[in-house]
Amino acid sequence: MSGVRVLVGTRKGGFILTADGKRQRWEVSGPHFAGWEVYHMNGSPADPDRLYASQTSSWFGQIIQRSSDGGRTWEQPGIDPSDIPRFDELPEDGSMPAPAPSLFAYDTSAETGKPLTTHQWYDGTQHPWEFARVWHLEPSHTDPDVVYAGVEDAALFKSTDGGQSWHELAGLRGHGTGPDWQPGAGGMCLHTIILDPADERRIWVAISSAGAFRTDDGGATWKPINRGLVSEMIPNPTADVGHCVHNLAMHPSNPGVLFMQKHWDVMRSDDAGDSWHEVSGNLPSDFGFPIAVHAHEPETVYVVPIESDSLHYPPEGKLRVYRSRGGGNEWEALTNGLPQEHCYVNILRDAMAVDRLDDCGIYFGTTGGQVYCSPDGGDHWSPIVRDLPAVLSVEVQTLK
Amino acid sequence: MSEPASIRVRLPDQLQRLARLDREVMVPVTGDVTQRSVLSALERAYPALRGTIRDHAGQRRPKVRIFACNQDVSHDSPDEALPAAIARGEEPLFILGAISGG
Repeated sequence: MSGVRVLVGTRKGGFILTADGKRQRWEVSGPHFAGWEVYHMNGSPADPDRLYASQTSSWFGQIIQRSSDGGRTWEQPGIDPSDIPRFDELPEDGSMPAPAPSLFAYDTSAETGKPLTTHQWYDGTQHPWEFARVWHLEPSHTDPDVVYAGVEDAALFKSTDGGQSWHELAGLRGHGTGPDWQPGAGGMCLHTIILDPADERRIWVAISSAGAFRTDDGGATWKPINRGLVSEMIPNPTADVGHCVHNLAMHPSNPGVLFMQKHWDVMRSDDAGDSWHEVSGNLPSDFGFPIAVHAHEPETVYVVPIESDSLHYPPEGKLRVYRSRGGGNEWEALTNGLPQEHCYVNILRDAMAVDRLDDCGIYFGTTGGQVYCSPDGGDHWSPIVRDLPAVLSVEVQTLK
Repeated sequence: MSEPASIRVRLPDQLQRLARLDREVMVPVTGDVTQRSVLSALERAYPALRGTIRDHAGQRRPKVRIFACNQDVSHDSPDEALPAAIARGEEPLFILGAISGG
């Protein structure tokens, strides 16, 4: 029996929503990691029972959690969760343990050639790179123990041992434009990672507010891919970097075509990001955060327009997903089952996802704690849950 | 070497959940009973807590507070002796998340 598992990260824990292929009756488990911010949970395409979660706290730091049973139980990689010693079993050695090594230590080695220590701060001065949290975890298509992490301050890390140890792919920060990157309102975060399913050496990432970047050699060398983006709020609106890219999406069968929700503007690239053109068309607002592509229709794209960068809620208080069946420009409002008055929630950049069932399901979560599902590509919507903490991220696993 | 002292440590809710521990744990400390020696014993006993109270450079995280016998000792030297009541196991050392929203 096929089914889906929806992984929801919120401000106060993670939740797992499961249903069969009809997607009408849901089981809700959680909160997992109660009281902690769960920025992202994601599953391995190679082993659906392998999940990763970013558990974070401005009090207690960053934790990586891993599950090998589809989210029923979790462990910090490298720490046996059942190994809670009794007092008389505790070590009596008076020696001081060394501080635990940082999971996410920026690469400052000479081998990278350009160890980077500063980026541009809000006031234009240079500021040290400081790790804050993991925004996004992206497991490899082929190996459940390989996973990438996008972090704030922006950098890309990789683990090849199931999340126990991490190393930075420092060529991204070191390719030359790093000192020009600046934080956006949400911090300077690497929030989007797309692995090319046909060629895992090719990776796209997006950083707020620096822009989009691509490597074709597994992360050794990178280049900005922001030609065609126009951002009026920066000194040079067509600069190589400095664009506040909010999210990228790609259909796995068509890795040369990318869609982008920028701070303002919905964009499309037909050359793997080398150049972009605007496809905002008739959207009521081209500001927004997430963007997604239908699982079986590579030219069917979804966005959720938001009024503006100062008014982070839907235009006219109407929660509308917009769908384009032609790869952009012509958009239709999808409203059936969504509140059409007095709705002032936001939908964050990692909070929309699609499943891969025959009737493609579309999912998104709101800062008001609702997670909506449409089991028919956006025509009809209903809430799976209404009252979670503010939703930070939504991912979907399609289970056979 | 003298017998280790049994030191009581009270944990905040988030760290109890993280390490799957009760509200209060007891750790053995050999030698001087200081913030550093108690936190080191705690981290040695429960590796899931490493990096959460003190960061990866060994510094107390800015929004973590440490109380001893109703005194905020967060800003004291980590090598200063803790009150005798804590060293004798009569009072727990409190680890708290600072009150700052949420």
